[in-house]
Amino acid sequence: MQAQVFQPIAARPAPIKTDGLLAWIRLNLLGDWKTALATLLLGGLLLWLIPQLVSWALLRAVWVPIADACRVDGAGACWGVVAEKYRLIIFGRYPFEEQWRPLVATLLMVGLIIASCMRAFWKPWLGLLWLAVLATFFTIMWGGVWGLSRVDTDRWGGLPLTILLASLSVAMAFPIALLVALGRRSGLPAIRSICTIYVELIRGVPLISVLFMASFMFPLFMPQGFSIDVLIRVLAGITLFAAAYMAEVIRGGLQAIPKGQVEAAATLGLSYWQTQRKIVLPQALAMVVPGIMNNFISTFKDTSLVTIVSLYELTGAMGLALNSDADWRPFKIEGYLFIAMIYFAFCFSMSRYSHWVEKQVNQSKLR
Amino acid sequence: MTESIITFDKVNKWYGNNFHVLRDIDLSVAKGERIVVCGPSGSGKSTLIRCINRLEEHQQGRLVVDGVELTDDVKAIDDVRKKVGMVFQQFNLFPHLTVLENLTLSPMWVGKIPKKAAEERAMEQLNRVRIAEQAGKYPLQLSGGQQQRVAIARALCLTPKIMLFDEPTSALDPEMIKEVLDVMIEMASQGITMICVTHEMGFAKAVADRVIFMDQGQIVEQNNPHDFFNQPQSERSRDFLSKILGH
Repeated sequence: MQAQVFQPIAARPAPIKTDGLLAWIRLNLLGDWKTALATLLLGGLLLWLIPQLVSWALLRAVWVPIADACRVDGAGACWGVVAEKYRLIIFGRYPFEEQWRPLVATLLMVGLIIASCMRAFWKPWLGLLWLAVLATFFTIMWGGVWGLSRVDTDRWGGLPLTILLASLSVAMAFPIALLVALGRRSGLPAIRSICTIYVELIRGVPLISVLFMASFMFPLFMPQGFSIDVLIRVLAGITLFAAAYMAEVIRGGLQAIPKGQVEAAATLGLSYWQTQRKIVLPQALAMVVPGIMNNFISTFKDTSLVTIVSLYELTGAMGLALNSDADWRPFKIEGYLFIAMIYFAFCFSMSRYSHWVEKQVNQSKLR
Repeated sequence: MTESIITFDKVNKWYGNNFHVLRDIDLSVAKGERIVVCGPSGSGKSTLIRCINRLEEHQQGRLVVDGVELTDDVKAIDDVRKKVGMVFQQFNLFPHLTVLENLTLSPMWVGKIPKKAAEERAMEQLNRVRIAEQAGKYPLQLSGGQQQRVAIARALCLTPKIMLFDEPTSALDPEMIKEVLDVMIEMASQGITMICVTHEMGFAKAVADRVIFMDQGQIVEQNNPHDFFNQPQSERSRDFLSKILGH
C-alpha cells in the first residue's frame, strides 16, 4: 500500500462578499446590463417624481381651512379642504350637533370587528355580543329613546354607513354562501338547481342593478302602506350579491377536498352535517382564505355604490360635501386622497389579517 | 360452517349503464373469518368490500351484514357502519386534526362518549399499533407506515366486529409495509372478522383462512391459502399468480 503524501491545496481567492447593502445592490440592482439599465431608468423617474410629490403634498401644501389661501399661485395640496369638511365627509348628512352619536356607534362597531378577529373572542357568546352591539348601534343612530332625537336612515351617512353596510353584509353573506356552496353539491336535485339558479342570476347582473331593484322596484311589488326601510333593502341587496360570489369561492374549496375524506367520515359513522362541519368545511375554508378575504375587501369597497340610491356613505358623503360648496369644489383631489387613505387603512388591515389567518389554519401542514 | 356474519346473495352492481362491475356474487363470511381478496386491477375487489359498508350500493341481490340487510334505508346503513371499520389505501386521515383528534372524533360525536374517556380509549389503540408517542402530531408529519397504523387505530376505536382493508399497503414504501402488516397480523390473532384486499401473498399465507380470487367482477376461485397458492384451479388464477409471484 502506498503511503499518503501531504499535498498542499493551491490557494484560492476569497469568495465575493454576498451579504450587506453593497452586495445586495450589486446583485439585485446591477446584476447585468439589462437590470442596470432598468435600475437607472426607474431610479431616474423616481428621483424626478418624488421631490415634486413631496413638494406638492407637504412643502407647498396649505393646511389652514381657508379656500383663498389654496388659490394662491404656486400653492400645493390644499389639505385645508379636509380640515374644513372632514365632519361632513366622515358623517355625511347626519345632524351636525348630533355627530357624537355616529362617532360612538362607529367606535363600538370597529371595536366589535376587531374583537371578532381575535382568537380570545371566538366563543359561543360572540354572537350575543354582535346582537348587543348592533342593537346599541341602531339605537344610538336612530334615537327616539333616552332623550335622543330621532334621525331617519336617509340622513345616515359617511364612514358609519360604510362600516355598517360592509360588516353586516359580510357577516350575513358568509353563512348564506356556506349553505349555497353546500347546496350546489347536494345530492337533492331541487336544492342543487335552486342554488345554481340563485348564483347564476346574481352573477349575471351588476351590483348597481341589484341596488336599483332593491331601492326602486321592490316597493312597487309591495302592498299599499307596507314598506321596508331603504337601508334594510339595500343591505339585503349587497348581502345577496356578495353571498353569490362568496359561495363560488367556497365551492372551489369544497371541490378540492378528496373524496376519501368524506368516505372515511362515512365509515366512522359521521352524519352529513357532522362530516361537513368537522371534516369538509374546516379544510375547504382553510384553502380559500385568500379568496374569501378578496370578497370581503371588494364588498367593503362596493358599498360606495349605494350613493346611486341616495344613501351617502363615505364616497357619497365626500361628493356631497364638496359639490354643494363652490369655494371648495376645485379641491376634490385632496378630498378623494383623504378618503382613499381611509379605505386603504381598512382594506390593508383586512389583507394583513388574512395573512395571519392563513398562517393559523395552515399549521397542520408544517412539518 | 359456523354462523355467517356477511352474506352476499346474487349481488350485482353496475357503474353507469354498461360497466358490470360485480356479477352474481355469492359469498358467505363466517364470524371471525379472515379473508384475503386478490385479483387483477379492475376486477371488482375494492367494489366488493366497499359494498359491505355501503360506500358503494349494489343494484341487485341481497347483502346482509350482521343481521342487517343493506338497502336505501339510512338507519340500516348507520347500523352497519357502526359495526364495520375500514382502512383505505390512501389512509384518509383528517389532515387538519391531530392524530389523537382523528381517533376521538367519531367516539365523541357519534358515540357521545366524554372527551376524557374517548382519549383514553384512543391512547389504548395507539399503544396497540405502537405509535402512542405521535399522538400530538398532525398526520402529514408522519411517515406513510405510521399514518396507516393511525388509520387502523382510528377504525379500531369504534370496536368494530368487522374490519375491511382496501389495499392497505399499496401506497407504502417497501420498508414500511412490514410495520403495517405486523399490526394487521396481531389484529388477526384476536378474532375480529377481517376482509383484506391485498397483493401481499405473505400476509395471505400467514393469516388468511380463505383466499378469494376475483376477475372481471366474478369470484373465480376460493380456497385455503395453501391450496390456492400451490394448486390454483383456474387458468386465470394460475396466470395471475405467475405474474405476482414470478419474480
